[in-house]
Amino acid sequence: MTDVTTLPAAIGESLAAGETPGARAARLRHYKVLAWRWAILVAFLGGWELTAATGLIDPFFFSQPTAVVARLWEWMTEGTAEGPLWFHLWVTMEESLIGFFTGAAAGIVVGIALGRNRMLADVFSIYIKVINSIPRVVLAPIFIMIFGLGLGSKVALSFVMVFFVVFSNAFQGVREADRNMIANAQILGASPWQLTRSVIVPSAMSWIFASLHVSFGFAIVGAIVGEFVGSRYGIGLLINVAKGSFDAAGMYAAIVIIMVVALAADWAMTRLEHKLAKWRPQPHGEQT
Amino acid sequence: MATISPPGDGPAVELIDVERRFLTPDGRSMTAIRDFSMTVGRGEFVAVVGPTGCGKSTTLGLVSGLSRPTLGAVRIFGEPVTGIDPRVGFVFQTDALFPWRTVVDNVVAGPLFRGRSKEEAYEGARSWLKRVGLAKFENHYPHQLSGGMRKRVALAQTFINEPKILLMDEPFSALDVQTRVVMHEELLNLWSEQQASVIFVTHDLEEAIALADRVYVLTNGPATVKSIYTIDLPRPRVVADIRYQPRFIEISHTIWNDLREEVQAGYSRSAA
Repeated sequence: MTDVTTLPAAIGESLAAGETPGARAARLRHYKVLAWRWAILVAFLGGWELTAATGLIDPFFFSQPTAVVARLWEWMTEGTAEGPLWFHLWVTMEESLIGFFTGAAAGIVVGIALGRNRMLADVFSIYIKVINSIPRVVLAPIFIMIFGLGLGSKVALSFVMVFFVVFSNAFQGVREADRNMIANAQILGASPWQLTRSVIVPSAMSWIFASLHVSFGFAIVGAIVGEFVGSRYGIGLLINVAKGSFDAAGMYAAIVIIMVVALAADWAMTRLEHKLAKWRPQPHGEQT
Repeated sequence: MATISPPGDGPAVELIDVERRFLTPDGRSMTAIRDFSMTVGRGEFVAVVGPTGCGKSTTLGLVSGLSRPTLGAVRIFGEPVTGIDPRVGFVFQTDALFPWRTVVDNVVAGPLFRGRSKEEAYEGARSWLKRVGLAKFENHYPHQLSGGMRKRVALAQTFINEPKILLMDEPFSALDVQTRVVMHEELLNLWSEQQASVIFVTHDLEEAIALADRVYVLTNGPATVKSIYTIDLPRPRVVADIRYQPRFIEISHTIWNDLREEVQAGYSRSAA
């Protein structure tokens, strides 16, 4: 999804290098890819609209793109039946962000601690495995019972969704750190703490980032599932209300909002990662 | 077998009847080196050659303090090795630079780990980068450099700590032949200035002869010392030309005859 933006840059480079026939082929290919992408989108939305309009599928259950857009517009301009859209979006984002940051921070710290300490890892690995085997969403009712209908229960659910993903990647990243690099740092005079800070953590960073990409999506899932189960505000509540009133367009509209938010977060994460990882060689052939 | 010297003024490195066993992943015990004795004098350049996989690198691990002998004693300057000694430097076979740090930040790593001030460390690093000809590249990242340049960074990173004992584990084996000769010259220059003792592990016999004062030939694994040759080629040596001198060819011939048996034994064993 985000690779699209890197494509023109790569082509610009090869043009500058003066390999004209190759660059031409690459440009043509790029246009072809773009054309196909648009064609598929148009075919999908058009087909949906058309089949709904002609009654081939029942718009009562499946809605139709124009109705979804109309509902989005209505929510944005007039607000939802439950209050302004932006307020609900903010509530969900707040829950997701707090859950994401606390879960990621805890995951990184615990992952690195267990990755660096064999004894701790051996003792706790069994418990982590056991807890990890619980499907996270079943914790939603428990958290609602403990933390109530407000922010706390959603943050808790987001937290556990994020924690295990980040934890296992951080742990793996520490374990995969290059042995020669570690030996080199030790001989250069690094203490265990210096070793962790200046070798282990940076080399685990690409693993950790890979998990952060996925886990922001998980944070949103946690918040929304929590809102389904019991809440007063949030996008999850909007979906729940829409479901209760058989408002298909409302449900799809809520899904579109979440899609946009998740894509924006992924984009921001990729930007941040590129900024932090400027030491890495430019990946070749990353395009799609 | 070897005499034990009083602490403080012994030779740079002594390995006395050392044995080192590993536990293989399937739980069996494997002996890497056995009945291994070796002495490296102060300021001496010793090369260790042997068939691939015979346990050459194991010796370096023991001297560096990264691993412990199963049996026997390892001493540096007459004192037993109990951990990683600050007087030891190590240049690795593969790239061990920190890829997320620029060239200069790689070189300052040692002094900063050892608690020097930032100014002092960066000043030292810049002067070392100048000496290895990389002054213009201090803000590059390792992946932007060629293999030879990365090795020069590794040398600067090691030499800035002023090691008294320099361990080198096939450091130039990944370089092309021309670059390797340049690196040999560079290493010999640095070595003669620093007066460090060097143990240089390689599978390249010509490299060993061109650089070293003495060459240890190891047997096929478990490795033990098969023979020791003193290389009487005069110094300073010009590595690019030395391999065409009659004396070099003569020495190389003698040692190769010795080494060949081990290489063949290793080959037939791994082929069996």
